Amino acid sequence: MTPKRSEHIALGLMVSGAFLALAILFFIIAVIMIKGLPHITLRFLLDNPMDMGRAGGIFSTIVSTVYLLVVSLIIAIPLGVGTAIYLTEYTKEGLITKIIRFGTECLAGVPSIILGLFGFILLVIKLGFGWSVLSGGISLSIMILPVIIRTSEEAIKSVPASYRDINKVLGGTRWQGITRLVLPSAAPGILTGVILSVGRGIGETAVVIFTLGTSLRIPFSLFDSGRSMAVHFYLLAREGISMNNAYATAAVLVFSILFINILSYYLMHRFVARRR
Amino acid sequence: MAEFILEIKHFNLFYGDFPALKDLSFSIKEHTVTALIGPSGCGKSTLLRSFNRMNDLIQGVRTEGEILFKGENIAQNGINLVALRQKIGMVFQRPNPFPLTVRDNITFGPRVMGEKKADILEAAVEKSLTRVGLWKVLKDSLEKNALSLSDEQQQRLCIARLLAVKPEIVLMDEPCSALDPIATLRIEELMLELKKRYTVVVVTHNMQQAARVSDETGLMYLGELIEFDNTKKIFTTPSQKITEDYVTGKFG
Repeated sequence: MTPKRSEHIALGLMVSGAFLALAILFFIIAVIMIKGLPHITLRFLLDNPMDMGRAGGIFSTIVSTVYLLVVSLIIAIPLGVGTAIYLTEYTKEGLITKIIRFGTECLAGVPSIILGLFGFILLVIKLGFGWSVLSGGISLSIMILPVIIRTSEEAIKSVPASYRDINKVLGGTRWQGITRLVLPSAAPGILTGVILSVGRGIGETAVVIFTLGTSLRIPFSLFDSGRSMAVHFYLLAREGISMNNAYATAAVLVFSILFINILSYYLMHRFVARRR
Repeated sequence: MAEFILEIKHFNLFYGDFPALKDLSFSIKEHTVTALIGPSGCGKSTLLRSFNRMNDLIQGVRTEGEILFKGENIAQNGINLVALRQKIGMVFQRPNPFPLTVRDNITFGPRVMGEKKADILEAAVEKSLTRVGLWKVLKDSLEKNALSLSDEQQQRLCIARLLAVKPEIVLMDEPCSALDPIATLRIEELMLELKKRYTVVVVTHNMQQAARVSDETGLMYLGELIEFDNTKKIFTTPSQKITEDYVTGKFG
């Protein structure tokens, strides 16, 4: 085979691979949209589920999902960003950073069903939080923590080293440098990590089903149980309750992820543009 | 007669076991421009960074000897580094404003030092920008992002940002190496203007620059101070052969 020919074949394989990947994405979205969109109405969004989800809407599951995500982000963002700051700004590369990084990688590799079980045993049973937004939020925060640490670390590392030098020259402490220069400059990157983790969290079932529960009411207190959209979809489909409502829920889920992504890119670009 | 603001006495600096600065002794007068010249790697930037202890950030650095700033040894342990760096400020090679507005760049220093009063901050902005010749140009665009300024204006802004914390000595590490020749001349004029209020120490590769702006010049070579004298003398009748060879371009 001539080098030119092998070049052509390699290129052809890679292009078709890329298109195949894209095609799968479009196929999945298309199926969900075709089967789900016709059933999405304003009432579907604003009504609570009735008859175990056979009728009515998905309002309570939307509320549960948002509530769950907010709680998990409130826990995971300070922990994750704090860890990233410690790793990049306060320690020299060494045994400790290696251990922390290795631990983070391991945490990222833990199957979500294990995290669900862990949350169930520790939070739901042992600590007596029961199936609740609190249990679900804590468990989910453990799942998204590695993503936030990793992306925040990369974002903080990409802040020019000269900022830290000048901060010193101008008499700023390390903490002042972090809060006034490093974090604002790293914010778009950190935000990307947060969005990524919201995307993962919003579609998570295994962690949530054991810890948030499956109740169809609207959760008010942190100790109320609820049912996230993803879990709702899973139960509707698995128990064959209503495929129409299952697909409609899935469509709402996909739309939310799309919306969050677009919004975050918009915010990010605005943020970056303002600082240029 | 100006008195000495910096006195370097038998100063040595080691990177691990490697001696980067060897037994340096000389003194810098107040309200003068002092140029440090020498080929790359001779230690002139290291010396400059010793004056505000920026070398402390590098692992394995060790020093011997004294650097007296107004009589106080700043090379010893236990010195308040934040206060020291506020008194002895530094401008870097590349213009490096923060990605903030012009105003926020200037007020950054005073703010981290705890100044909150708007009128004092505003006064600092006007005063600092005036001293670097930017006030007339920028007074109506203080909200402009500093990164949108020209390179020369950015470097001026960086100097203004430093002046806002009221330093006594301004260290400049090849402040014109990223600028075009015309901007370079204007920054040199600024150095002459600055020495009325501050003491300027500039590291430069550009011998014409040293000759144009400085009152005294030190030639460094392989970590040693070969000669330190009146600039005119260094460039016309140096006492050392190395100095003559360097300023006439025979090596370096």
